[in-house]
Amino acid sequence: MSAALAERGEDFLAEFARRCASLPGALATREAAARRFAAAGLPTRRLEAWRYTDLRALAAVSFAPAAAGADAAALISALPDFAAPLLVLVNGKIAPASSNFPDGEGVGSFARTPDFALRCAPLAALNTMLAEDGAVIRVADGVDAATLALAHLSLAESGQPIAVHPRHLIRLGAGARLTLIEYAAGQGCYWHNMVAEIALGAGAQLTHIRLQTEATAAFHVATIFADIGPAARYDCFTLGLGARLARTEIHARLGGVGGIAHLNAAQMLRGAQHGDITTVVAHDAPGGASRQTVKSVLADRARGVFQGRIEVARAAQKTDGYQMSQALLLSPEAEIDCKPELEIFADDVKCSHGATIGALDPDQLFYLRARGIPEKLARTLLVRAFLDEAIEGIAHAGARAVLDRAIARWWEAEG
Amino acid sequence: MLEIRGLRAGINGQEILRGIDLVVPEGEVHAIMGPNGSGKSTLSYILAGREGYEVSAGEILFDGRDVLVMTPEERAVAGLFLAFQYPVELPGVGNANFLRTALNALRRARGETELDAVQFLKRARAALKALMMPDDMLKRNVNVGFSGGEKKRNEVLQMAILRPRFAILDETDSGLDIDALKIVAEGVNALRGPDFSALVITHYQRLLDHIVPDRVHVLAAGRIVRSGGPELARALEESGYAGVGAEAA
Repeated sequence: MSAALAERGEDFLAEFARRCASLPGALATREAAARRFAAAGLPTRRLEAWRYTDLRALAAVSFAPAAAGADAAALISALPDFAAPLLVLVNGKIAPASSNFPDGEGVGSFARTPDFALRCAPLAALNTMLAEDGAVIRVADGVDAATLALAHLSLAESGQPIAVHPRHLIRLGAGARLTLIEYAAGQGCYWHNMVAEIALGAGAQLTHIRLQTEATAAFHVATIFADIGPAARYDCFTLGLGARLARTEIHARLGGVGGIAHLNAAQMLRGAQHGDITTVVAHDAPGGASRQTVKSVLADRARGVFQGRIEVARAAQKTDGYQMSQALLLSPEAEIDCKPELEIFADDVKCSHGATIGALDPDQLFYLRARGIPEKLARTLLVRAFLDEAIEGIAHAGARAVLDRAIARWWEAEG
Repeated sequence: MLEIRGLRAGINGQEILRGIDLVVPEGEVHAIMGPNGSGKSTLSYILAGREGYEVSAGEILFDGRDVLVMTPEERAVAGLFLAFQYPVELPGVGNANFLRTALNALRRARGETELDAVQFLKRARAALKALMMPDDMLKRNVNVGFSGGEKKRNEVLQMAILRPRFAILDETDSGLDIDALKIVAEGVNALRGPDFSALVITHYQRLLDHIVPDRVHVLAAGRIVRSGGPELARALEESGYAGVGAEAA
């Protein structure tokens, strides 16, 4: 069963052996990551964390590193208007000519200033081994950096599938603020395997709004590590619409007193798309709060996964943790798998979780149609109403408009 | 305008309507009265096109068109409107958005220009004022957290804004106090004219004091057993359904 996975893993190790001398940053870290990846390989469903997501379809593809000089003009012209300074990456590398980032904004590139930690998650280890470039965003103490947009575009030309492993670093100093809109799109068959490492100083606030509209033949894996300081707040919302297989894996650690993590997500999937939202929230300090609401709209044979794990350390008294998964199945063949895990070692905490699964209500549909609203529009209205609870929480009007347009386009493509 | 001929229909294999014949000419308001279980709501749902009902015989014509082959939205476009006995709650759907979407869907299907937000609000506010309803009705989610009376008034608000040519009011009076009943009746009366017809389904004479029908029909056990003028409703009030030969089946 895992022969293909093992073989594909060998390919990446061979690529590393060929290219390690030319990759930026500490070789020792990359070599340590390579050892971990060699030991673990591409994850199989035997791993509990990968129980519902099967990478065999990914392992069936032979990926090459991206060649330089891809012409991403069409993708760039199709970028949404973020109404914010924009950093564009094409095939894992910053494309300065397509970016409109003023100098001296604390934004740099991973290729020039590589800074990475060793991470154990197998695909994060793969990224650590092969990362070439990525955004490095630093906001100094007390600075409000307003809004920045980060767009990653993948382009597999001439039918050769490519794998790219961008590495982003986002650091907010004490009391700093930033809204980061992250966007992923592409063309052709590719694997976008990104890692973002986020560190928030005391009282810092990062609003991280993510829109994933990868190509239909693409694979997307995002692994985000967020280290949340005392009284800091990490507000993350992911909207997943694209890719044949997508996984968003967020590890949030509330290491300071009174930290807050909101890890919300929505996904709309159809055809044979597979979308996996996996979160691990580690409450390591007292008085932290975490909230997760994940909404999945699943049509055709699409499959959604939500795995949410909350770990409360002995010291993390007065923790308030909550997670909710809500799925709307638009077809009898659609499927959702939900797995909450609570691991609590403190005795004075409030942690809860829940899951709902349902179909569109025929009475609601009839009511709308009886008023003259065509069936397709009626379904759209009801699905939007289902999603709105998650999207209404996004205070940033510009980001919300981008998400609204992406959802509208999803419906336009729906037959 | 509306002709029902020999309609037999049921649900889950059980026949409820056993041969309905009814003609409501243009410009007239007819009332259907009848005991519980006589088939009043089944008739209203079949007219609006709700799924799940089996029509075994007969036909329904609206302006000569076969209604039974039309989807619910096509019936609305043709000008039919059902004020629901149990209005449905739509969490997350704002009343204004719902009404404007419905109005513009109808206008689009009829080849009319759509109303923009300002034009719509003007029309909606005028309707609210006429029905003595507060403006915040538009901001709330459709029927969510509405009292029984508010839900019924919201049905009449929709009717006032969508301006159908034929309205079916399914026990719109139930759950209304006398003041609300008068407002609802005025909402219906305001639409009355040569181009508007209605079928008012009710248990009680009370509503018919305010919406005076041209004809009254008594439905019992799936058939219309008596028809007459407004005086028939008063006779029912005095002697009950048994008195007019319409015992429940």
